[in-house]
Amino acid sequence: MRSRAPGIAVWLLVAAVVLLAYLFAPRFISDFHSRELAGAGVFFIAIVGLNLLTGYTGQISLGHGALMAVGGYTTAALAVHEHWRDVWTIPLAGVAAGIVGFLIGLPALRLSGLYLALATFAFAIAIPSLLKKFSGLTGGSQGLRLLEDAPLQVTGLSGTVTIFGHTMTQNHFLYYLTWGIGLVGFLIAWLLVRGRVGRTFRAVRDSEVAAASVGINLAWTKTLAFALSGVYAGVAGSLLAIQVEIVNPLSFTFLLSILILVGVVVGGLGSLGGMILGALFVQYLPDLSTHVSTAEGAPDFIFGAAIIVVMLLLPTGVGGFLRRLARPLTTRLYLRP
Amino acid sequence: MILAFDWTQLAQQIVIGLASGGVWATLAVALVLIYRSTGVINFAQGEMAMFSTFIAWSLVNHGFSYWAAFVLTVAISFAGGVAVERAVIRPVERAPVLTVVIVTLGLFFVVNGAARWIWSPETRSLPNAFSTRPISVAGVAFSISDLGTIAVSLAAVALLWAFFRFTKLGLASRAAAVNPDASRLVGVRVTWMLALGWGLAAAMGAVSGMLTAPALASFDQNLMQPVLLYAFAGAVLGGIDSPLGAVVGSLLLGVLINLIGTYVNWVGTDLRLPVALAVILGVLLVRPAGLFGRPMETRV
Amino acid sequence: MAKALLELEDVTARYGPVSALHGISLRVDEGEAVAVLGANGAGKTTTLRAISGTVKRSGGIAFAGRSIVRRSPESVARAGIAHVPEGRGTLTDLTVAENLRLGAYTRRDRAGVREDEQRVLGYFPRLAERRSQRAGTLSGGEQQMLALARALMLRPRLLLLDEPSLGLAPLVVAEIFRIVRELNERDGLAVLVVEQNAALALDASARAYVLEVGRVAVEGDSARLREDVAVRRSYLGY
Repeated sequence: MRSRAPGIAVWLLVAAVVLLAYLFAPRFISDFHSRELAGAGVFFIAIVGLNLLTGYTGQISLGHGALMAVGGYTTAALAVHEHWRDVWTIPLAGVAAGIVGFLIGLPALRLSGLYLALATFAFAIAIPSLLKKFSGLTGGSQGLRLLEDAPLQVTGLSGTVTIFGHTMTQNHFLYYLTWGIGLVGFLIAWLLVRGRVGRTFRAVRDSEVAAASVGINLAWTKTLAFALSGVYAGVAGSLLAIQVEIVNPLSFTFLLSILILVGVVVGGLGSLGGMILGALFVQYLPDLSTHVSTAEGAPDFIFGAAIIVVMLLLPTGVGGFLRRLARPLTTRLYLRP
Repeated sequence: MILAFDWTQLAQQIVIGLASGGVWATLAVALVLIYRSTGVINFAQGEMAMFSTFIAWSLVNHGFSYWAAFVLTVAISFAGGVAVERAVIRPVERAPVLTVVIVTLGLFFVVNGAARWIWSPETRSLPNAFSTRPISVAGVAFSISDLGTIAVSLAAVALLWAFFRFTKLGLASRAAAVNPDASRLVGVRVTWMLALGWGLAAAMGAVSGMLTAPALASFDQNLMQPVLLYAFAGAVLGGIDSPLGAVVGSLLLGVLINLIGTYVNWVGTDLRLPVALAVILGVLLVRPAGLFGRPMETRV
Repeated sequence: MAKALLELEDVTARYGPVSALHGISLRVDEGEAVAVLGANGAGKTTTLRAISGTVKRSGGIAFAGRSIVRRSPESVARAGIAHVPEGRGTLTDLTVAENLRLGAYTRRDRAGVREDEQRVLGYFPRLAERRSQRAGTLSGGEQQMLALARALMLRPRLLLLDEPSLGLAPLVVAEIFRIVRELNERDGLAVLVVEQNAALALDASARAYVLEVGRVAVEGDSARLREDVAVRRSYLGY
């Protein structure tokens, strides 16, 4: 039996490097970039969650922007109407979005593939109108402004934040908060994927009939996947609200759902490792596009072209590409020529 | 009671609904075409139709008559559709479905951005395709424009149907969509059939765009986005894998939405879109295959 | 010496990383009927796929003197090779008539096509009865006949038949083989037939190759192989 010690050592090393990078990165990058990275962190969390649903369980959702909206508005509403401290709302936002995710999962049981995509698409398009309608709770088209109306913001007007005795800039705080939660979320997802839950998800993705025939409860599994990805999306939306300090219907359009999905596919469906790259891609690409040209329509053109080029070069995403690189090694070792 | 009911208004509203539905039907047929041949929903279909409409505008601006521009634009759009398939879809033919979906989403931004870059975002207008005079049929006044729109939409769809039903190329195209492997064995160049499908879909989209624009006082690059949604709704209602369903579903949807908008008071003009979305969701929940689609069988 | 219509020389084929043929060499002459036999997994179907271009292959494959090893399946069909695949490959959504029309897709001689359609329906009267029916509603035997009929509409010089007896009742199988023999003997159509039912195939062919694990194990005249008890026992199972 081959010793597993080298494998574990490598993983521990990787984990240590990641942890160090996380803790000390703000020393090497500008304050502005800390903020950008915090934004990428929001995407990262949503993308990890969507990957659990789409990459591992095979359910397509074009509506995760709407789930982020649930999380974001939960945080904003609690902070503005009930005067909660904004960071404490994060878990609740996750739970709320998880519940909505579960509720979406229920009718989704009858749909699959294309039909599920269309249903979630319709849902995502409808959300901004719905948000405008219930203006008592959501502030209508104006939305909710945490900066002005939430008295107990951890960030807020002061510009600095003091946590556990350390004083740091707002942007650094947002970075640590977001990526701290992100890394924890990633770890949870990684553990889930490695365990029975992950195997059950993948069984459902690969063949529902086969999975059912070995006793897997399809309904339970799919709704669990929806709920779980909803929790992630909700947390991401909540962090977005905290970062941007305002939510309105335009914060959560169909474009957001697309960006999350693009992040998952570019990162690599069913591969957790590529998700960071997916998040960075989706965070930085729109900005970079404006840097190349600010002519009307040009940034969108460049953005779209970049997505297409990446998909043409890496059809299975970064994760898939890395897996293909690793495969020839194992193939040569285990198959006779 | 029956005599007091305004049959005239009903007839007029039905025709207006059919005209909207007709425009949506041409785009819906394009969506179904791509879905049946390539297996994906082309989210960029509306933007491609918008791009075609702007080409038509440029032609009219350079002195072409509406109908000359119409025909020319359809031809150019066909070529454009083929080009898009060859450049962007063919390389990912064997990739997972989601990858192709993302490519069409990227295409959405590319085409939209290109249209905003080439033609600045100011509003512009296309001349009316038909005269705006009303015409009297059986004593009821209808708009020639509406009747003409219905006629052109149905004619376009009928031409497409005839192509697939009666020509050798159409037969090969149908075969390639159903069973590409067997089709290759009889000498059908399957990848070119895919390109043909995209070309025809782009042409249909162009028809849709060029019928949408004149009805509006002015239009800009966001022209086709609502139309795409209605086309989705119509296609889902009729059955996303059935071209006949796409047409019937869209026409039905057009009439339905228009009648609801006219006779139900609290649904004004800006709740039309949510009604369409509700239709999509409702149909998907009750009978995903739509009116004419084939229910998906689970093969073990 | 009859001219070789199809020549395979040291052909290999693989499915992804797995190699299925390890150097096959065989020959079909003009107007000859040749059988390819062997157990499951021996590489019989893969051999036909290598010829028609539907699997990754390398080596020497020449048809009427020209190399076709780099050609796509469409191109091989245009060269005059009709492949009736395992599982028939009928286009179930199209009608019988449309399936036949499609078989003649590459041909430009309208009169010839019409003539062939009559001839082919003459061979398969049951198909004539069902001309406007959707192919998917036909029975297994009828679909096999349709697949064969469609292949004939190509007016091929070489017919590749993959397991024509699979899943069919003996009477139907006998009928199909009778028609194939007639086409071969009367019209001079060259046939390469892959079959698990060795007796049937040996009766219908002049020469045969027996494959084992992707290589040619035995080859020779069908009449002789039929009598060779040792070969029958080791390779053909009877």
